[in-house]
Amino acid sequence: MALVTVRRHRDRGPGIRGREAAAGWLFLTPAIVILGLFLVLPVLMAAWVSVSDWTGRGSPFAAGVHFVGADNYGDLLATPGLAQRDFGTAIRNNAYYVLLVVPIQTVVALFLAVMVNQRLLKARGFFRTAYYFPSVTSSVAITVVFLFLFSSTGAVNDVMSYLGVHGPSWFADPRGVVHLLLGGLGVHQPPAALAGGSLLGLSWWQWISGPSVAMCVFILMGVFTTSGTFMLLFLSALQNIGAEIDEAATLDGTSGWQRFRFVTLPMIRPTMFTVLTLGLIGTWQIFDQIYTGTQGGPAKTTLTPAYLSYSASFQNQEWGHGAAIAFVLFAIIVILTIFQRLLLRGRA
Amino acid sequence: MSRTRVRPGAVVTYAVLVILAVLYILPFLVDIANSFKSEPEAAAHPLGLVPQTITSAAYRRLFQADFPTWFMNSVIVAATVTAGRVLFESMAGYALSRLHFRGRGLVYAGVVGVMAVPPVVLLIPKFLVINQLGMYDSYSGMIIPLLADAAGIFIMKNFFESIPRSVEEAATIDGAGTFRRFWSVVLPMARPAVITIFILSFQASWNELSHFIISSQDPRLTTLTKGVAQLASGELSAGTQYPIKLAAALIMTIPVTVLFFIFQRRIMNASAGAVKE
Repeated sequence: MALVTVRRHRDRGPGIRGREAAAGWLFLTPAIVILGLFLVLPVLMAAWVSVSDWTGRGSPFAAGVHFVGADNYGDLLATPGLAQRDFGTAIRNNAYYVLLVVPIQTVVALFLAVMVNQRLLKARGFFRTAYYFPSVTSSVAITVVFLFLFSSTGAVNDVMSYLGVHGPSWFADPRGVVHLLLGGLGVHQPPAALAGGSLLGLSWWQWISGPSVAMCVFILMGVFTTSGTFMLLFLSALQNIGAEIDEAATLDGTSGWQRFRFVTLPMIRPTMFTVLTLGLIGTWQIFDQIYTGTQGGPAKTTLTPAYLSYSASFQNQEWGHGAAIAFVLFAIIVILTIFQRLLLRGRA
Repeated sequence: MSRTRVRPGAVVTYAVLVILAVLYILPFLVDIANSFKSEPEAAAHPLGLVPQTITSAAYRRLFQADFPTWFMNSVIVAATVTAGRVLFESMAGYALSRLHFRGRGLVYAGVVGVMAVPPVVLLIPKFLVINQLGMYDSYSGMIIPLLADAAGIFIMKNFFESIPRSVEEAATIDGAGTFRRFWSVVLPMARPAVITIFILSFQASWNELSHFIISSQDPRLTTLTKGVAQLASGELSAGTQYPIKLAAALIMTIPVTVLFFIFQRRIMNASAGAVKE
């Protein structure tokens, strides 16, 4: 059969491999053009803008635009000033967001997956749907709902007042939770050791502020919207384990927790890996919620690098800074992802 | 093991699951209820799930404003992007899995590399290119950059590799060209993957916000996400106007919800492809 095929194609000119190559490139053209034009080219163009003094007027390649070396990066990382302080603030805010959302959403997702994976559970489909549903909806819609739930006269404060607690005005509250805790212990002023300006224009006291009350609502929202997605990932990993292994462990007389800790957990390691990596990459990019909800306020405590990159460029016309922030953010994500992989691999 | 005995743990399990389910669903119920309340009532009784006086005032005001335009724009963009992605990504996936030519490995490495770039990092860069190409403030600038997605190509390629090659050989003997083989033989067999791409693309383009912020400013090109986000941040109006905002949030959730319930079984089982950005 193959012989016949080859002969027929030989009779027709350029040969099967030649025509296949042409077809291959033709099939790939739309994807290559789009990804090239809107993913690869932008990175190169932004690389130029990040080392230029372009102000957003005309083309960044016009004659009046100059090469300024690493000035834009210097403004963010080295030169004391507003740009550096904003950048430091954004990094601090987002770092707390990542530090809290990634572990919490991973634990919640795993917990939900284990719960809905029980074989004897009734209405499994309902529970899975309920937990996954927030992941389907747009972050804009969910932010709108949360703005309402956590407004000063909103549902959450309503519930809290039944319990006799006077709720804060969540989205308008810039106080850091670590500062609040320290305040509860009587520490209202920074100890001398923490008062000095130290890193990226913020004093150590400002660095340890913790997420602001407003940021805490975003953290809660982050867990609410992504735990369902990761629950599904864990669920398919759990289903791959199979009942036999679990039953074998049960016969060995292990407790539920021991089975989970020494049988289940090691077997879903690869998924844990994936969830932590996706979580880390995703949480460093929080933008939609900030744009919809607080625009970086109150007192810049929900400013994030992604939003700062946007506002520096589009609102303040500091395109060099905006592009430089994007590249630094990229570097942070890459470095932390590699670091995390090494860390998890080392413990295996 | 012991189906007949009532497990003491079972009660606790169900209690925990039900409480969690309520927590996950309640925000949406609160959204629905308050969108049918008057503004004073929404402020006074935000938790009431049944409005004391049901009013559709919020919806009427939405539809008198720009809201229908936003909705139409979202429909136009999401429909075009979904159709384009299904076609282009399956074509690219087919070429990368089935056609032999020099440079294929390189292109594949490029696709994987592109997947690693965080989208938010490209916000400013994409604006620069769109602006330079004269596509700013046009449907083309809003749609074309979204027409291909590396992750989708990846999914299609993997799926095509699971289809046996023998199905194509018969068509080859019959003298079918590459496109015919792709379109009438292999693509119909890739239905599950095509549906996955369809769901992911629609959900992604319907819920997309940042790309529309950087690719247009003309109010006539505002999509639902951008319009509602600006409504929420108070850029377009004074006062809290929560019923209106909640009504807008609710309506924009309906299309993805419908899609979700149609394909629920597939989505919940093929979880690997359902990662939200």
